[in-house]
Amino acid sequence: MISFSDIAMLTWQHLYLSLLGTVIGSIIGFLLAVWIRRQPRLAGVLIGFAEVIQTIPGMALLAFLLLVFGLGDTTLVVGLALYAILPVLQNTYEGLEGVDPAYREVGKGMGMTRGEIFRQIEVPLAFPVILAGLRVSLVTAIGVATIGVFVGSGGLGSLIYRGLQIIDMPTMMAGAIPVALLAIVLEIALTLLERKLSKVTASR
Amino acid sequence: MSIDYLRIIASLNEGEFLLGVKFEHVTKAYPGHKPAVNELSLEVQTGELLVLIGPSGCGKTTSLRMINRLEEPTSGTIYVDGRDVCSYDPIELRRGIGYAIQQTGLLPHMTIEQNIELVPRLLKWDKKRRHERTRELLSLVDMDYDTFASRYPRQLSGGQQQRIGVLRALATDPPVILMDEPFGALDPISRESLQTELKRLQSRLRKTIVFVTHDIDEAMRLGDRIAILQDGQLHQIGTPQELVQAPRDEFVAKFMGRLFNFPKIQTSVDLIGQFMQEDTSHVHQECSEHGKIVKIDHLPLWCWIDRNGVLRGVSSQPPTGADQWDRNDWTDPKLAAVKDTDASEVVLKRLIEGEAEALPVIGEGEQFIGVVTQRSALKALSNVEMENDE
Ligand SMILES: Nc1ncnc2c1ncn2[C@@H]1O[C@H](COP(=O)(O)OP(=O)(O)OP(=O)(O)O)[C@@H](O)[C@H]1O
Ligand SMILES: [Mg+2]
Repeated sequence: MISFSDIAMLTWQHLYLSLLGTVIGSIIGFLLAVWIRRQPRLAGVLIGFAEVIQTIPGMALLAFLLLVFGLGDTTLVVGLALYAILPVLQNTYEGLEGVDPAYREVGKGMGMTRGEIFRQIEVPLAFPVILAGLRVSLVTAIGVATIGVFVGSGGLGSLIYRGLQIIDMPTMMAGAIPVALLAIVLEIALTLLERKLSKVTASR
Repeated sequence: MSIDYLRIIASLNEGEFLLGVKFEHVTKAYPGHKPAVNELSLEVQTGELLVLIGPSGCGKTTSLRMINRLEEPTSGTIYVDGRDVCSYDPIELRRGIGYAIQQTGLLPHMTIEQNIELVPRLLKWDKKRRHERTRELLSLVDMDYDTFASRYPRQLSGGQQQRIGVLRALATDPPVILMDEPFGALDPISRESLQTELKRLQSRLRKTIVFVTHDIDEAMRLGDRIAILQDGQLHQIGTPQELVQAPRDEFVAKFMGRLFNFPKIQTSVDLIGQFMQEDTSHVHQECSEHGKIVKIDHLPLWCWIDRNGVLRGVSSQPPTGADQWDRNDWTDPKLAAVKDTDASEVVLKRLIEGEAEALPVIGEGEQFIGVVTQRSALKALSNVEMENDE
């Protein structure tokens, strides 16, 4: 029988791995977005490349990464990070580009440096859009992490997998229900936060 | 713009231009267009409010933006405080010049306090100093700190937002301020009250202000001098009165519109009564012994009227304290008011030339009848003109 504390532990592990992958991927996505704004010609190429990664099925991506990183958490986290890049890259890029140039101009007129305009005007105004990218990444990661069990990583996927092998409904559900809840709760929480923030940044 | 005191003292001795703005043969041409600003030369004196006015597209905004280097001139030189703007670091220059923009330019994700503190924060003022300054500024326009400081711009009315836009330009107490149609998006009433407020502030602060508008009424009310631009060129510059009395040509005359027709219609308005503002005053204070004090709306004007309706005193400051009924604190109505039998041109002259924007009107036995303001006089004149045209 699976104890409650086992489930709790696996849920925590699942969340931890997903967050880790998402955070790493988001940082890369954010930095890439900032970089390609200065190289507009690269924007299309890079976003296209990230889209290609996104289309590779999870199992296949992890299989490729297994060749490089071997069995273990690293392979999963790298995979999750790769998936997280595109939504954050795309949303950050679009969010920053979508800031009304008038606000940038206000900052310039007040004597802000480029860095100050970026930190104090562009990023806060684009933040709800960036956050939407982060939400997509994180929810995707929760899903993809369930197949981490195939590359020797942990998480709730291991319960589902075990349950499937021995055709044991309770074991399967002990994995499936927390994963589903995790995804739904994060989706709702981040959507609410986004709404609240975009109310603040909306100009009127 | 760091202010170099040694230089200031030196330039005082030389009698040089100081913390003003000067354009010398400035041209700005965007590639593929005819010049937006063409060979513009003009000088904004220290402590002067110069209005730039002209039809849309005549280069007002472009001229303004070249002062704080948001645009670079194609040729010619602009001086701020006697120094070529190109010799300043643009970031420092902009931090040293107040800038108020059309549509307020408030940042929607910052509270009112954060918006006002924008430049002080860039200049690394400490928290206490910034906070005190924000309080002080809000009180300048009668906005309560506790009510407004933590609100977001969209939670304010248009007029309040524009006030904050102007306060932000004043935040670091800069000697030079640029204003690009700061009251552009307002209804006439809030517009007028903001103009009055700015005028009151300016009479105290004496900043060098370059003010862009395309509203001639606004220009007349605010400008120490008015520069009329056309097609990027300076067409005529002068005090409001000079422009009215000696417009260079038909263009200026048309621009000054109704104002230009003074001489023609003088004779048809002979009763000051027609000039008077419709009643927009309210009782400020009342006392059974001395009568009442009436405040004229939107104007810094208080009138003391005794129980018999006789005007006893006029003041441009709110009377306070126990001795407010002391005659010495009030200007004698004989000096500050006009009679309803005065010739209209005399009244107009006092309105345009004098410091007062508004004059109380007294009738027989010094009875208080009402108020004439620059605006109400203009209104009356334009009505007369229309009647004449018909
Ligand atoms: N970035 C630009 N590129 C090309 N032309 C420009 C640019 N900015 C302004 N212009 C042109 O320069 C001229 C002057 O513009 P400016 O904005 O200074 O006019 P303005 O007097 O402020 O007009 P308005 O009263 O409508 O604000 C206009 O003909 C405008 O089309
Ligand atoms: Mg303009």
